[in-house]
Amino acid sequence: MVPTQYYLILSAILFGLGVVAFVFRRNIITIFMSIELMLNAVNLSFVAFSQAMPATKGHNLDGQIFVLFVIVVAAAEAAVGLGIIILTARNRQSLNVERVDLLKL
Amino acid sequence: MSAPLVIFFVLAALAVIGAISLILQKHPIHSALSLIVVMVALAGLYLLIGAEFVAAVQIIVYGGAIMVLFVLVIMLLNAGEEERTNFSKLAKFGGLPLALALTGLLAATMTKHGASVANPETAGTLAPTGQISTLLFTTFVYPFELTSFLILVAIMGALVLAQREKS
Amino acid sequence: MPNQPILEHLWIIPLLPLLGATINGLFGARWPNKIVNTVALSATGLSFLSALEAVREFLAYYEQMHQAFRKEFFDWIFTGAAAGNFRVGFDLQMDQLTVVMVLVVTGVGFLIHIYSTGYMAHEGGYYRFFSYLNLFMFFMLILVLAANYVLLFVGWEGVGLASYLLIGFYFLKKSASDAGKKAFIVNRIGDFGFMLGMFLLFRKFNTLDFSQLFAAVEKSGLPAEGWGVFGIFTVASLLLFMGATGKSAQLPLYVWLPDAMEGPTPVSALIHAATMVTAGVYVVARSHILFQHSETALVVVAVVGCATALFAATIGLVQTDIKRVLAYSTVSQLGYMFLACGVDAFGAGIFHLMTHAFFKALLFLAAGSVIHAMGGEQDMRHMGGLSSKIKVTYWTMLIATIAIAGFPPLAGFFSKDAILFGAFTVDGESGGNGGHILYAIGLLTALLTSFYMFRLVFLTFHGKQRYDEHHVHVHESPWSMLGPLVVLAVLSVVGGWVAAPALWGGKDHFTLFLSPIFAAHEATGLSEAAAHSLELILAGVAIAAATLGLLTAFWLYLRQPGKPAQFAKSLQPVYKTLLNKYYVDELYAATVVRPLVWISDHVLWKIVDVEAIDGTVNGIAQGATAVGDRVRRTQSGNARSYATWVVVGALVVIVILFWPTLRPMIGMVTK
Repeated sequence: MVPTQYYLILSAILFGLGVVAFVFRRNIITIFMSIELMLNAVNLSFVAFSQAMPATKGHNLDGQIFVLFVIVVAAAEAAVGLGIIILTARNRQSLNVERVDLLKL
Repeated sequence: MSAPLVIFFVLAALAVIGAISLILQKHPIHSALSLIVVMVALAGLYLLIGAEFVAAVQIIVYGGAIMVLFVLVIMLLNAGEEERTNFSKLAKFGGLPLALALTGLLAATMTKHGASVANPETAGTLAPTGQISTLLFTTFVYPFELTSFLILVAIMGALVLAQREKS
Repeated sequence: MPNQPILEHLWIIPLLPLLGATINGLFGARWPNKIVNTVALSATGLSFLSALEAVREFLAYYEQMHQAFRKEFFDWIFTGAAAGNFRVGFDLQMDQLTVVMVLVVTGVGFLIHIYSTGYMAHEGGYYRFFSYLNLFMFFMLILVLAANYVLLFVGWEGVGLASYLLIGFYFLKKSASDAGKKAFIVNRIGDFGFMLGMFLLFRKFNTLDFSQLFAAVEKSGLPAEGWGVFGIFTVASLLLFMGATGKSAQLPLYVWLPDAMEGPTPVSALIHAATMVTAGVYVVARSHILFQHSETALVVVAVVGCATALFAATIGLVQTDIKRVLAYSTVSQLGYMFLACGVDAFGAGIFHLMTHAFFKALLFLAAGSVIHAMGGEQDMRHMGGLSSKIKVTYWTMLIATIAIAGFPPLAGFFSKDAILFGAFTVDGESGGNGGHILYAIGLLTALLTSFYMFRLVFLTFHGKQRYDEHHVHVHESPWSMLGPLVVLAVLSVVGGWVAAPALWGGKDHFTLFLSPIFAAHEATGLSEAAAHSLELILAGVAIAAATLGLLTAFWLYLRQPGKPAQFAKSLQPVYKTLLNKYYVDELYAATVVRPLVWISDHVLWKIVDVEAIDGTVNGIAQGATAVGDRVRRTQSGNARSYATWVVVGALVVIVILFWPTLRPMIGMVTK
């Protein structure tokens, strides 16, 4: 069997890569995709824990239920977020996040 | 080297390569496709763990709906290659070390306490979908209903946002 | 104990004027003059009656108890054992000295209040004047009734305040407000010495209450300090005397009194002649035990008093403003009082205080009457020939002049004579010759006093009319002003008769009255008969000197009116020095005032205030702005940097939350 730690380390690596992408990419949509990547990494660790946790009888499925909810929320967030991105792109005529800098002193 | 371990490493490598590709690609469409690769790899990993329902949902919802939405928006906005602006010194110089530190910390913290052996009772078996559905409609019925509400709100929000401006 | 309602409630004497001051001050602005008068006069009048009754009760009390009356009313300052159980209370006392002082203050004060109703009738701020005048009475009564130094000091400071307020009564006139400030500041310098004296006394004897302090002095058995020894008595006495020089206008702190003539004439009469300036003499007399233990202090007091007497008299010779002459005369007569204290003839000093109150107040009030008659003119060169026109004023002023010159049987003769006799017969290590020198100077001053006072009378009332009839309508003053003049004239005549029996071998009743407090001055080395004949001889010499002064003034100003101008021209430098008051004011301005102003301007203002204080405050503001400027940079609007900050935050949170887990790992990693 694959030890749970391996899944957790992989999850951490994916999360870190998601953070790197979040910080370094300039296209808003790409940044959004990096957020999805981070969510996925977290889902992986949830599922890994659900396999590792003891249960009173049979499988411990709490982690997997949680993952389902995360996926649903991610979907909703993607829908609304992309709507906002479309509006912002229309307003600023650019998809560069660094061009959206009106909220400053 | 048992078979599950080999499969794990292959799928893990695939996920990481996809993630790196997401970072390094210039055109957002390529990044989107890399993300799909990552998601498929993760679905495979879920299957390896035994969570068949989650794997299926991952492919259907994430890969089939969300990523399609992303690709559609990229096409709609006609996103081109990124322009290289560099207004933030902090992000440029501090981003990588910070991210590395974060990764390390997370890995260290999570593995310290993690159980090293899977639940012996259920090792190697698939998680029954029926049990998931039972849980979903009994123990977790409130969150379930709330999420349906959430989706409704998201739909309304998306509709309002995408309206054409009244001229 | 027989019925002593007033003595038991001694505070009523000072309280009545305080009430008058408060009522007039708060409500008087809207009242017509009549009501303000009623309030002020009844306050002072009732205070005078209460004082009379208190005196009567005290005399009865003394018959029985043979000690001073003292009553504590409430604790004002009290500390615990850690500070030596120091207690200062609102304690009032009554003894023979207080009797004299309180009757003089309330009596003369009441007369001057009556006078003011006439004098100030057409002045603005009428209610304010009476409010301040009553306030002054309150503080002065506190001063004379106090049973400890601290309460006395309260009164001391209070009369200084009232003096400032009243001198600067016409505050819109710059010279008046400047004079008020000058008086207060010069007084403060003296008060500094007074306070140091009090601190020293407290440190040595642990109490500032009169009865306790003087008893402690007796009990401590500390020896009297001879000439040149600067022990506790000498230093404390000299410091107290420093305060007295400020308040009673002696050298070198007399400079405020002539300028104080800017105030209305009743103020000059009450405060700067009869009462406030005598507070210094009162303090020295009250502290006589301390002074008597120190030869140095007594010598200093006598010399300063004598020198001031002569100094001021010489300046008074040439002044042309009628009030200025009287001001310098006051300084000179106060010098006499201090001379008396310095030669251990405290009773004579207090006697002169009393008689001086009568005739000096009369002189000032009469001068005010003249000024009122002349429509505001104060320069004697523009007067003359008024004797037939303002008869009552003339006669009362003449009586006062004769009194101050020291002609018998008026009051001034007896008191001045007692002082000169005391100076002549003073004993002690430097007595004898020193006393003779003091006597000689005192005699010379008496001559000068007679001269310049009669000069004043002759210039003002006799001779040719040197004013324009058409512009000045000379009219006699109303009876509200003349009444007090007459009363004071009577007092100037009979006031000295309490000591008269001494002339023909009887007892000097005044000194007898004060004997429980001051031992009568004995002329040592002389038998009683010899002392008596010496006294008569000295009296005769004094009368001769006064007559000489009178005749000289008569000859110079009536017989040969052109002579004074000739003398002035031939003795030009002397004349100019005297006219300019020995340039003392200019000296002070150059040596004290200008350096202080320079320091204030260049050091305290430019460096301390502008650079240090403003710099600090502005610096803090600038610092805040600078910090804000730096912090502002974080709000760049750049989403990527915000994202990075989010990562930083996440790191921090993880570290904080999982520190127990992470800590051992750090050890492992660094190994």
